[in-house]
Amino acid sequence: MKILKKLKPGWGLLPILIFLILWELVARINNTPLLPPFSEVIVEFYNLIASGVLGENFLSSLTRVLIGFGAGSIVGIITGTIMGWNKIVDRALNPIFNLFFPIPTLGWIPLLMLWIGINEMLPITLIFICAFFPVMFNTVTGIKNVDRNYIKAARSLGASDMKILFTVVMPLALPNIFTGLKLESGMAWRTIIAAEMVAIPTGIGALLMKAESLIRIDIIIVCLIVLAIMCLSFEKFFEWLENRITSNWRQHAGNNT
Amino acid sequence: MPAITLRGINNYACHDTNLDIKDGELLFILGPNGSGKTTLLNVIAGLVDYQGTVMFDGNSIDRIPANKREVGYLFQNLLLFPHMNVRTNIGYSLRMQKWTQDMIDDRVDELLNLMNITHLAMRYPGNLSGGEKQRVAMARALALSPKVLLMDEPMSSLDSQTAAHLRIELKQLQRQLGITSVYVTHDLNEAINMADRIAILNSGEISQVGTAEEIFFHPCNAAVMNYLGRPNILDCDQCRSVGRGIMEADCRGLKIIVPHDGKSFTRIIIYPRDVFVSTSEPLGSRVNRFKGIITDIKTSESTVRLRFKVGENMLRAELTRQAFEEMGLSNGMEVFVTLSLRRINIFESGETDLFPGTSYQNSER
Repeated sequence: MKILKKLKPGWGLLPILIFLILWELVARINNTPLLPPFSEVIVEFYNLIASGVLGENFLSSLTRVLIGFGAGSIVGIITGTIMGWNKIVDRALNPIFNLFFPIPTLGWIPLLMLWIGINEMLPITLIFICAFFPVMFNTVTGIKNVDRNYIKAARSLGASDMKILFTVVMPLALPNIFTGLKLESGMAWRTIIAAEMVAIPTGIGALLMKAESLIRIDIIIVCLIVLAIMCLSFEKFFEWLENRITSNWRQHAGNNT
Repeated sequence: MPAITLRGINNYACHDTNLDIKDGELLFILGPNGSGKTTLLNVIAGLVDYQGTVMFDGNSIDRIPANKREVGYLFQNLLLFPHMNVRTNIGYSLRMQKWTQDMIDDRVDELLNLMNITHLAMRYPGNLSGGEKQRVAMARALALSPKVLLMDEPMSSLDSQTAAHLRIELKQLQRQLGITSVYVTHDLNEAINMADRIAILNSGEISQVGTAEEIFFHPCNAAVMNYLGRPNILDCDQCRSVGRGIMEADCRGLKIIVPHDGKSFTRIIIYPRDVFVSTSEPLGSRVNRFKGIITDIKTSESTVRLRFKVGENMLRAELTRQAFEEMGLSNGMEVFVTLSLRRINIFESGETDLFPGTSYQNSER
């Protein structure tokens, strides 16, 4: 019984295991170059790591995501906070941002290629745009949703406007801000792959395109696995961070007054 | 502690409001919804714009912003910061004043002790009961030893037992600290039990200020009388203690049990809405239950007012129209009348001249 209980958390992996076994069987029975068996993909995974190809491309993608997403989120949070806190700034900027927000991130590529050229700044700028808008809009919503009475309470307790913003309003807006961050951390990876496939000669996306032209389906699948893992782990990281920061008080948020 | 003076206060809810609050007293502001009670507190706290003058001990504080007025404010929904634990909540105002961490810790410990909530120190507000939150909010409001304490219906979200308990504590605490306090409520019984003086606010104007007795026995105008409603006033021929904080009063043959300790009293007030009526004998204790005969029925839109003859006394009761129709009450019916034990108010003075139209002797209603 004890062993069964220990295994319990791992049961979520069972469907994945069955899927992999089926994949292996179907590929072996059909024996077509268009669907390599899972075992061959894993061998190729190892080869790519051992030769350093995967590591090099992965690192350049990761660096772009970290810089672009980091900058986009920070600027998004700052802009969103100012807009949520100050009505005049909100009224001035909101219409402009609303106009730009619906443009899909990849739609910027042609324009940015001409303005920036094909260099490291291109994917970073794309990720920046991808992260900035949703994080900014979620922050504005979060700040605006904070019960104004808390501000009144803080003021009567002697807090200045700045103190109120940093000690009361922003902490209470965190759940909304994290919603934006969680969404966009995965989206950043989807965007960078697409950008590298279209415009940039290095990174996981570029590796994908090369593999396609050489009809190396095993390499394509390896890249897709890396992408899936990165999207998931970035989203999970922010979920974990949010829990760490806000779970103390949010677990009973239902009866807060 | 300062005396507070309001002169010619005007804004969206106040109209030329004047009010004098004495040094160290607990003043209650009573008034119907929308009469400007909360706004008046916000004016004193500096949280809303106003014209006119607010003075502490004769010095105008109009130019002092809310965060520098040294006013403790207990908000209606308490507004404990949900993301801070009890310690951090209580110490908030101290951190804003840049106290050192050691000083903050000492003061917070002191306040936790004062309010008997040391065991709650590390909990978050979402994890506290209504009464516990109340104590934390009180400790937070008192952290900087304010000179003035403002309370906006602080008991409205509590169950009646917890509220009754906290009222006694709050009154003791207010006495002990000698802090000038203003308490807003629409609960008459709360005001009668706790207030040094009561101010009646109506449409942003103070109609009357005085002790509970002055207000109840000598309402200065129709608006005050209207707001207070016409209570049942029973003269007590004698009263005696029957032990442990319970007294029995004899009011013209009616033996009424009253939770009261100490001095004898001469008069009982109970509001019509606190007199319960039933056609069959209710279960449970027979305390303060009498048989009466309906002599008069007056219906209005949502409520029905009844008059009964109970022995030699006349009593009034008010019930909802729905309850009235369900019971099928009519003139001349015999019904059971129960006086809510917790809602009986007593007066110790020998005042005799009741204002017209309020005593049970008067038949017009």
